[in-house]
Amino acid sequence: MNSPIQHTAAASVADPSSAHIVNTGLFRVFSTTLRRELRVSFASWGEGLNPLLFFVIVVTLFPLGVGPEPKQLAAIAPGVIWVSALLSMLMALDGLFAADHRDGTLEQWVLSGQPLSLVSLAKVCAHWVRTGLPLVLISPLLGVTMNLPANVLLTLAISLALGTSILSLIGAIGAALTLTVKQGGVLLALLVLPLSVPILIFGAGSVQAVAEQRDPFGLLALLAAGVVAALTLAPVAIAAALRVGVASGD
Amino acid sequence: MFKWIHKFGSPPFVYALSKAISPWVGIASLILFAWGLYMGLVKAPPDYEQGEVYRIIFVHVPAAWMSMFVYTVMAISSAVFIIWRLKLADVVAEASAAIGASFTFLALVTGSIWGRPTWGTWWEWDARLTFELILLFQYLAYIALRSAIEHKQSGARAAAILAVVGIVNIPIIHFSVEWFNSLHQPATITRADGPKMHPSMLIPLFIMVAAFQLYYFHHLLVKMRVGILNRDRRARWVRERIETKGL
Repeated sequence: MNSPIQHTAAASVADPSSAHIVNTGLFRVFSTTLRRELRVSFASWGEGLNPLLFFVIVVTLFPLGVGPEPKQLAAIAPGVIWVSALLSMLMALDGLFAADHRDGTLEQWVLSGQPLSLVSLAKVCAHWVRTGLPLVLISPLLGVTMNLPANVLLTLAISLALGTSILSLIGAIGAALTLTVKQGGVLLALLVLPLSVPILIFGAGSVQAVAEQRDPFGLLALLAAGVVAALTLAPVAIAAALRVGVASGD
Repeated sequence: MFKWIHKFGSPPFVYALSKAISPWVGIASLILFAWGLYMGLVKAPPDYEQGEVYRIIFVHVPAAWMSMFVYTVMAISSAVFIIWRLKLADVVAEASAAIGASFTFLALVTGSIWGRPTWGTWWEWDARLTFELILLFQYLAYIALRSAIEHKQSGARAAAILAVVGIVNIPIIHFSVEWFNSLHQPATITRADGPKMHPSMLIPLFIMVAAFQLYYFHHLLVKMRVGILNRDRRARWVRERIETKGL
């Protein structure tokens, strides 16, 4: 319905030759798709809370499981928060393309003639705003509950912002690849986790570095480089995978 | 000029070629295994630091190199399949997945066995070991994705995309010992100023690497025949071949 496709300006009945093709520019494609996605996600924002609640609950489980001793919690906090964020993102990625695949919107995008990589990028951006950004915003609060010192919390939020961005992009590749697989959620995790291990190592490592009075800049810079690389390369892979998924036809 | 190269895109040609040469490749591999193991386990002197324990290097290092080599082969042939839609490239990728996973597993297990007497531990979460384990997961994910998608052609293309995306791990494994403080030994052989190992140990190592390579090649040839038959089972050339030569 709102697919950004080339549209023909209506020709009047009296003078058919007045019809002409209007070309939709790339930025228009991106912004229209992004706006549609954000509008849809804000309409059903209740569902969008699930990954956030999962994140909070899982992080809360750890003090209950390992005991509330403050030093121990502070020691494991970077890893625990990071792994929980990773798992929450994975949970949310499952339904990234599912709804659109079901009602045929994805097919329309593939057929639209617009660059599928651009459309996928818009979808992933909206997905990050919907899923990753809430995690980033609530992470300092969770850091406090896990007894992290105050100077660490900013690095925690920044590293999570960078890490969840990369994860959204790489996870979208996995989501596109498992489009036609029933119960694809577990397979999605298997596909995405190997590629997300470096992100986890650098992200949790940067928070650990600040906790140990070391400079986290190097690790954060590597994460930022990962964001740039993923932004450039992932949409191509996502588009290729979507084409395969749509072509196999259901 | 390179017209002969097009023959390698033809399933009947590759099938016949594989049938002809694979027994010889297998025999050559066996001979090299026997020679390499004799040179390594019997002729090579004991290490001044590790004694006799180091001899597992003659299985561990070739297996590790093969695990990365086979993934690279898989990724390149997957890229060829995606770009040029060459069916045989997909046959190569599919045939390489399981054996690549086996080499990775072998590298991890032999490394663990070697680590116990030398480092005092069966496992360390240092960079190289962790990323080699990740490589094993990548192989398994490739196999899982292929088998999970019902439509075989889509499964092949999706798995090909996955293989190409996962190639980033290979340089990470190789350079991990330089980039991170690692318990694992840094590069002794693939160095800018030549290998640091004594010839009495280096030669058997290279023989074992050649043996592993030929073994992989033999396995690839046999599995390619299976893959070709699977895809072309309704083709006329298969029927004719069964009728004339009995497959």
